[in-house]
Amino acid sequence: MCNECGCSPAESHHHDHPEEGGKTLRIEEDILGKNNRLAERNRSFFAEKGLFVLNLVSAPGSGKTTILERTLADLGERHRFAVLEGDQQTSNDADRIAATGAPAHQINTGAGCHLDAHMVGHGVEHFDLDATDILMIENVGNLVCPASFDLGEDHKVAVLSITEGEDKPVKYPHMFHAADLMIINKIDLLPYLRFDVEKCKAFARQVNPKIEILELSCLSGEGMEAWYEWLGQGVKKKAVPSSTFKVENQATLNIEH
Amino acid sequence: MHEVGITRSIIEIAEENARREKAEKILSLTVEIGGLSGVVPEAVEFAFEACSKGTLLEGAELRIDRIPGRARCEECECECDIDRYTYACPTCEAFALNILQGEELRLKEMEID
Repeated sequence: MCNECGCSPAESHHHDHPEEGGKTLRIEEDILGKNNRLAERNRSFFAEKGLFVLNLVSAPGSGKTTILERTLADLGERHRFAVLEGDQQTSNDADRIAATGAPAHQINTGAGCHLDAHMVGHGVEHFDLDATDILMIENVGNLVCPASFDLGEDHKVAVLSITEGEDKPVKYPHMFHAADLMIINKIDLLPYLRFDVEKCKAFARQVNPKIEILELSCLSGEGMEAWYEWLGQGVKKKAVPSSTFKVENQATLNIEH
Repeated sequence: MHEVGITRSIIEIAEENARREKAEKILSLTVEIGGLSGVVPEAVEFAFEACSKGTLLEGAELRIDRIPGRARCEECECECDIDRYTYACPTCEAFALNILQGEELRLKEMEID
């Protein structure tokens, strides 16, 4: 008798049967396992280099690239940046970043809707990571798929601009669940829009009670200092003890002379 | 449509395991997809048909076990089903849900020949 449907082999079959002699293998393997392993490899490599790594995610047009441009212009003297740009097509964003003087590399995903750990592992080969403090990875503008793919970053940062509506976190819960920081951008437009900031924050905390939240406008500059402070804290945490040691030594030498 | 990438990973893992066993064909495979995983089972089924062509999985039967999201409240200790990420307990309304299951994305088993 057939195990699939209970029919006898003599009866006529309307569906395909597995051939006799099949052997069942237990696999129990995580489907994202390969990406996760590569992401862990990236993460330990970045830790070795003392890099603070952010994965910026958002819907298209929320202002990720403009936030980066302003940040690089304002903090270019304080930290050493490298920027990986992910888009389906064009090198427009990498060109914009390169114009600020920071090293930038564009990854085109073609039909792909997200960056993965493998692309990032090769993408950073274009940078001198020994001369870098912060690696910014600007993911493909998409609030769905990038949530599932770990790149080896320290934090996912979800950017939400106030033109998008305050309920984005509950409409796209996976992304806001996966993020450690939410940036509410374009707050200079608050007087012109019906956007309830407190409601937006409450929605974000519904899907992620631990999420940190910053409000800013990368155009007017309001709120940018808090973001820079947040970045500075992250860099301090990730800096390799030996390089800090070198700086301290240098300071001691200077005092002695 | 990250389901295409996910489906390719399923096929890659399945073929690796099948080759290790010197199998000529994979007859069926069972995949667990959690309700909170962000992956749509129907989209995987759709992608599987296209992506499995020319592989050991061509013509194989894809079985998807859907694992519903489930959580326990740390406050009132009740257990409840959830179909999306939320931390608000439906019983006591505290933001104290702990997710127990539903994030799975796993190739469970397969039948080879």
